[in-house]
Amino acid sequence: MGDLMAARTQMATSLGFHIIFAAIGMGLPLLMVIAEGIHLRTGNPVYLALAKRWSKAFAILFAVGAVSGTVISFELGLLWPRFMEYAGGIIGMPFSLEGFAFFVEAIFLGIYLYGWNRLSPRAHWLSGIPVAIAGACSGIFVVAANAWMNSPAGFDVVNGEVQNVDPVAAMFNSAWPQQALHMWIAAYTATTFGIAGLYAWGMLRGRRDAYHLSAIKIALSVGMVVSILQAVSGDISAKWVAENQPAKFAAMEGLFETTDNAGLAIGGWPDPETGELKYAVHIPRALSFLAHGNFTEEVTGLNDIPVDERPEPRVVHPAFQLMVGIGVTLIVVSTWFWLVAWRKRAIVPNRWQLIALVALTPAGFIAIEAGWVVTEVGRQPWIIQDIMRTEDAVTEVPGQFAAFGGFTLLFMILAVATIWLLRLVASEPPMLDVPSERRHTDVHS
Amino acid sequence: MFIPDVVVDLPFILGSILLLGVIIYAVTGGADFGGGIWDLLARGPRAREQKQEIARAIGPIWEANHVWLIFAIVLTFTCFPPVFAAIGTALYVPLVLVLVGIVLRGAAFVFRAYAADVIPAQRAWGHTFAVASAATPFLLGLCAGAVASGDIRVIDSKVTSGYFSPWLAPFPIAIGLLALISCAYLAAVYLCVETTGELQDDFRKRALGAGVAFATIGTISLPLMWRGAPEVWDGMWERDGWLLIPVAIVTGLATMYAVWTRRFRIARIVAIVEVAVLLVGWALAQYPYLIVPDLTYGNAAASDAMLNVALV
Ligand code: HDD
Ligand code: HEM
Ligand code: HEM
Repeated sequence: MGDLMAARTQMATSLGFHIIFAAIGMGLPLLMVIAEGIHLRTGNPVYLALAKRWSKAFAILFAVGAVSGTVISFELGLLWPRFMEYAGGIIGMPFSLEGFAFFVEAIFLGIYLYGWNRLSPRAHWLSGIPVAIAGACSGIFVVAANAWMNSPAGFDVVNGEVQNVDPVAAMFNSAWPQQALHMWIAAYTATTFGIAGLYAWGMLRGRRDAYHLSAIKIALSVGMVVSILQAVSGDISAKWVAENQPAKFAAMEGLFETTDNAGLAIGGWPDPETGELKYAVHIPRALSFLAHGNFTEEVTGLNDIPVDERPEPRVVHPAFQLMVGIGVTLIVVSTWFWLVAWRKRAIVPNRWQLIALVALTPAGFIAIEAGWVVTEVGRQPWIIQDIMRTEDAVTEVPGQFAAFGGFTLLFMILAVATIWLLRLVASEPPMLDVPSERRHTDVHS
Repeated sequence: MFIPDVVVDLPFILGSILLLGVIIYAVTGGADFGGGIWDLLARGPRAREQKQEIARAIGPIWEANHVWLIFAIVLTFTCFPPVFAAIGTALYVPLVLVLVGIVLRGAAFVFRAYAADVIPAQRAWGHTFAVASAATPFLLGLCAGAVASGDIRVIDSKVTSGYFSPWLAPFPIAIGLLALISCAYLAAVYLCVETTGELQDDFRKRALGAGVAFATIGTISLPLMWRGAPEVWDGMWERDGWLLIPVAIVTGLATMYAVWTRRFRIARIVAIVEVAVLLVGWALAQYPYLIVPDLTYGNAAASDAMLNVALV
């Protein structure tokens, strides 16, 4: 593995690790606030117990998110000094704002965690709202930096020098709205289906009680809405990419020849040697429509992109298919769940539904990872689209492979330890206000 | 007089804010590290209680103080991008180790707390926490020393001085030790405020010991600075930065006196002032350099538009 490849893989590993905690950091507070809100309105202790349990888990996840975020902010300088030298002075604003959002989040999270018995129920609930908002803002802000890499804006290059920097214009670049929207929704999608899956697992193992059912109810109510919005916003993203990053779009679709009336390929393995997409199913004209909004318009293929500016379709196409496949599956499963509940006029998920939910526990997170692979690998060889190549941005320090190995190990330790901790939290009995003898018998069930 | 020949412009103001962030990190995050150091050195009949007290004091804020580190990093790469790039390259090795330290420390602290019923796990995480707490400030100090040494050369925005020699030198190592001890010192003083009775006596003794060590290493690092960081040494005399040395000595003595006479709250304030004064003096002596001798406030600053935004 060369130094460039090692550095890229290290960046991807770190971000891929961080993004999981970032997504939960955006999604879980929303569920917490909803659960506590229902408790405020109905007085049902089950919802309070859920909110408490989630806040406990969130405290751990938040800390891991902050630590891994710290690592990334160092890595930007350690791995990509040339990139930061160029871009730091242009895209600093979203990063500063993210820091600010994190500040707010941390303060209110402190109040929330230490205030369970000290604040009035209403004040406590209110203190959770800024946590949810600031968490979402962190993600939305930081995506602006990534969007800028896709559509650099807010500066002029005069004789090879960056001039007329306008940080506000850089932040409000044209890729930001779609990317931020899609990521924001993705965080909720991933978290809700993750939670639903965990509690479905509990029900499958015989704990068919109000506690588990309520968790699934909250998660899937939000989940169904956001999974549908996810597809809508994904379509908006795709149209933007088709317009602005034709090379990435061609790689996403595995399209080699520029064609009008282009068909949508489902599945398949792109082979750059022969310039064919093998084993795919084609839906006539659908691609032209998805890309440009009408059934005939031309879609650019990889063959019309200069050879040294083509991203790798063997990575981008499968990753894209995986994300969309998961997105569709999530919509189907959550709709099925509510349809059955609606017909039976009661929420009593059957065995197959529970199994499907359990199987989809990590799906949202996998889709997030896949989506980022599409965005990042699809942008190659550029680190800043049409401006700077990744190979020119990388550090000249040798021995990146060793550093990559070391950090991967470190993240693995962190991951194992986090999972172990979360299991400890999960194995405690629900914090319901029940007589103490009952609690004790519950402990190891 | 004590108004040095600095130009108060936008880069300078942002540099000062950066310095403020570093100071706050030093006196808050530094004490967190220091807590870990005393955990490592917990001895005597009350070793267990000492460790518990340290964990309790760090508990509620254990990661919040890192915000100041992030603040400093973000400010550096937004306002002085070439500095960020040069540090990331020249100090690659120690900074990677700093990262390892921060990650392991943060993780180990929580995991130790939650692993209360699993004794071997708790031990292992406890050791990790303590060792990482000691190593990280040492490495950060090492980096600061290297930045001041004048041995990091940046020519045409390429680092030409290699990846080892600037920080593997007596002066950076002395500064690393100084950083390590100042963390221990601050933590011991703070812990005196938080404790009572015999435990307080333990930490009082430690504060006094650390104070002496701090003064000793500080004194040793002066001649090393003369040789190892000549620009900063000269800057100190030219810009009256030396005036801060007597101030530091006075505050240092005052802290010791306050600890001796058990006025711990006063000691805490004076100790913070002492550390802040030292850092301000350093920054003043190093002016106009951000990385001696090639990057200055003037030539490393981002555009005014960015700086204005960052200011808001
Ligand atoms: C829960 C996760 C999730 C799910 C179910 C989907 N996505 Fe997605 N997608 C993401 C999570 C994600 C992401 C990780 O959040 C990305 C990476 C970069 C970004 O802005 O969002 C992304 C990027 C991304 C891009 C590239 C944007 C760019 O490069 O700027 C496109 C075109 C789509 N998505 C389209 C879709 C479509 C049509 C979906 C159909 C259901 C879909 N996504 C489901
Ligand atoms: C603000 C957000 C982000 C920034 C500034 C950013 C920046 C970078 C940089 C500098 C690189 C190395 C250069 C390159 O290969 O293009 C990179 C690569 C990569 N990043 Fe991102 N990234 C961001 C978000 C993410 C996230 C959240 C993920 C989540 C998984 C991700 C996944 C990747 C991957 C997979 C690569 C490697 C691509 C390759 O193989 O070349 N990125 N990113
Ligand atoms: C280049 C990319 C990134 C960098 C440098 C980065 C940096 C950081 C840092 C330093 C923190 C700790 C908070 C602090 O101390 O300020 C953090 C936390 C966080 N980051 Fe990132 N981040 C990156 C990518 C992302 C992305 C792509 C997202 C989401 C879409 C994200 C969302 C968050 C969230 C929500 C938190 C709060 C922690 C939590 O709630 O668990 N970050 N990030």
